[in-house]
Amino acid sequence: MSAPAAPRTPHGWPLWEVFVRARRGLSHQHVGSLHAPDGEMALRNARDVYTRRGEGVSLWVVPSSAILASSPDEQDPFFDPALDKAYRHPTFYEVPEGVEHL
Amino acid sequence: MSTPAAAPREAPTPTTPPLVAYLLGLGDDALILAQRLGEWITRAPQIEEDIALGNIALDLLGQARVLLTRAGEVEGAGRDEDALAYLRDEREFRNVCLVEIPNGDFAVTMARQLVFSAYQYELWTALRHSGEPVLADLAAKALKEVAYHRDHATQWVLRLGDGTDEGHRRMQAGLDRVWPYVDELFTPDDAAAQLPGEAADPAALRARWTAYVEDVIARATLTVPTPTWHSRGGRAGLHTEHLGHLLPQMQHLHRAHPGARW
Repeated sequence: MSAPAAPRTPHGWPLWEVFVRARRGLSHQHVGSLHAPDGEMALRNARDVYTRRGEGVSLWVVPSSAILASSPDEQDPFFDPALDKAYRHPTFYEVPEGVEHL
Repeated sequence: MSTPAAAPREAPTPTTPPLVAYLLGLGDDALILAQRLGEWITRAPQIEEDIALGNIALDLLGQARVLLTRAGEVEGAGRDEDALAYLRDEREFRNVCLVEIPNGDFAVTMARQLVFSAYQYELWTALRHSGEPVLADLAAKALKEVAYHRDHATQWVLRLGDGTDEGHRRMQAGLDRVWPYVDELFTPDDAAAQLPGEAADPAALRARWTAYVEDVIARATLTVPTPTWHSRGGRAGLHTEHLGHLLPQMQHLHRAHPGARW
């Protein structure tokens, strides 16, 4: 096979996070990330990478640099205090008989 | 032999029915371009682009399968899509020369994609009303695919043309490389001319194609090339040397192992 003379570009494209809405009424779910030179191309790449089997009706792309993430170092102060506060869970109510759709 | 009109000892060169010839032309365009685009897989500038080109190639392959299958049915000689794709020789292929030229760099491929997908967009738009039901059905499906192919090529031509100096230079060189093959797309075709209710007249597609493509080229700050020569003859089986190298690669597995399956 004659190899196309593709230029060897450095991997210099920014990273984008991709969110797909599977169908109307559901919220967009994060599905992964990809590289693209700009937002318009990121949407098109997302269409090819994440919706080629009919997974979605709507796509969002967000620059990964725009996302602030909690740090693994802060995991304890962020999340541990919730563990012993059982009153935050709706487990102390008797469900009256005959209540439907609860 | 008792009949007066005895069959000649050697079969005459069979004349291909116009509908078969027309279906083969459209099917071979899609098949050969799918093969060319497949050469980009693992070689595209980015993995995302690898997937995009692979998707486009598979769309075209799907179109080719419908067209070649139907061509075989209409011909009635027992040839299926595999027989037509893998067991014909170069002179029996009816694709335009544009689809067989080598990929070149990414800009050449995008120039070819812009030209061909904008052509196919007009073609399938026209064929939605074809009297041949398989063509009309395929047109409805393929039009959505090709709208994306055309958009994909447009985005890249705009970015490369209106981007860096090197991108601009290479994109212009890409247009210059493929433009001699443009006229052939719109050359009146014997088969199409004999199928007024079923085929699309190639010449009638040109005005809308030109309006779209020249708008993209202008927005990309590029120049519409004015080639000094024009390819012709692909629909009659007269091809560039490049098809002769493409076919063995595409066909050798099936010829070595007839009916091979995954």
